[in-house]
Amino acid sequence: MDYLVAFLVGGVIVTIGQIIYDSTKLSMGHVMVLFVVGGSVLTALGLYEPLVKLTGAGASLPVSNFGYVLTQGVYEALLESGLPGIFSGVFRLAGGAIAAAIVFGFLFALLFQPRK
Amino acid sequence: MANKSQQQAYQQLAKKHIPKPDYLGNSLRAFLVGGAISALGQGVTNFYLSTGMAESEAGAYTAITMIFLGALLTGLGIYDNLAKIGGAGSALPITGFANTIVSAAMDFKSEGYVLGMAAQMYKIAGPVITYGVTSAILAGLVKWLLWG
Repeated sequence: MDYLVAFLVGGVIVTIGQIIYDSTKLSMGHVMVLFVVGGSVLTALGLYEPLVKLTGAGASLPVSNFGYVLTQGVYEALLESGLPGIFSGVFRLAGGAIAAAIVFGFLFALLFQPRK
Repeated sequence: MANKSQQQAYQQLAKKHIPKPDYLGNSLRAFLVGGAISALGQGVTNFYLSTGMAESEAGAYTAITMIFLGALLTGLGIYDNLAKIGGAGSALPITGFANTIVSAAMDFKSEGYVLGMAAQMYKIAGPVITYGVTSAILAGLVKWLLWG
């Protein structure tokens, strides 16, 4: 059941992105940025966390989740340590994914050659 | 010199001949590919949960695992074939984020390992991180101003 929910919700989220891409002149990079900022805004409105709790990977696999973990990290640190937390908390939850993207990205690009 | 109405007529004619995207087909393919990647991510999450991890920890490990897979499949040339079918379905999951880094890094390898590869790999990932971090911090500032 959780697989089906993840499939449907993840599918719907990326389809929204596809429709934006097809019906505007935005590049896919623009759509990615839009999704991350959108995830951050939905987190601020208190909507993204329940979506992740309810639909699991359906909400946590699209890049909008990146906006969620960045913002959620800021909120958690804000509760604990006040204003400085908005800076120190931003990579608290997202740091692992960013570090992985940098290191794996760099190493795999070193290892493999581009194809024509 | 063409007058205004001629120009407008030409633009309308040109507009008619720009191929319209296949909205329905693109959406359906994006839905299937994005849904499948999310379901795979759910499988990875379930695996980590079964080892006794807390939910947030399993989520973080899932993101790292999916980034690893996205980067590996890009290196092998498989992810770009998937992207031709999936469009946003393969670009918008976190695996697509890893894909932008590896493919940009590979493309600029010939321009050197420092200012080519390492600089250019953030061509798309850089804006994503910049806008994400800025909006997260602004959201935190708004929360602090409103509720302390």
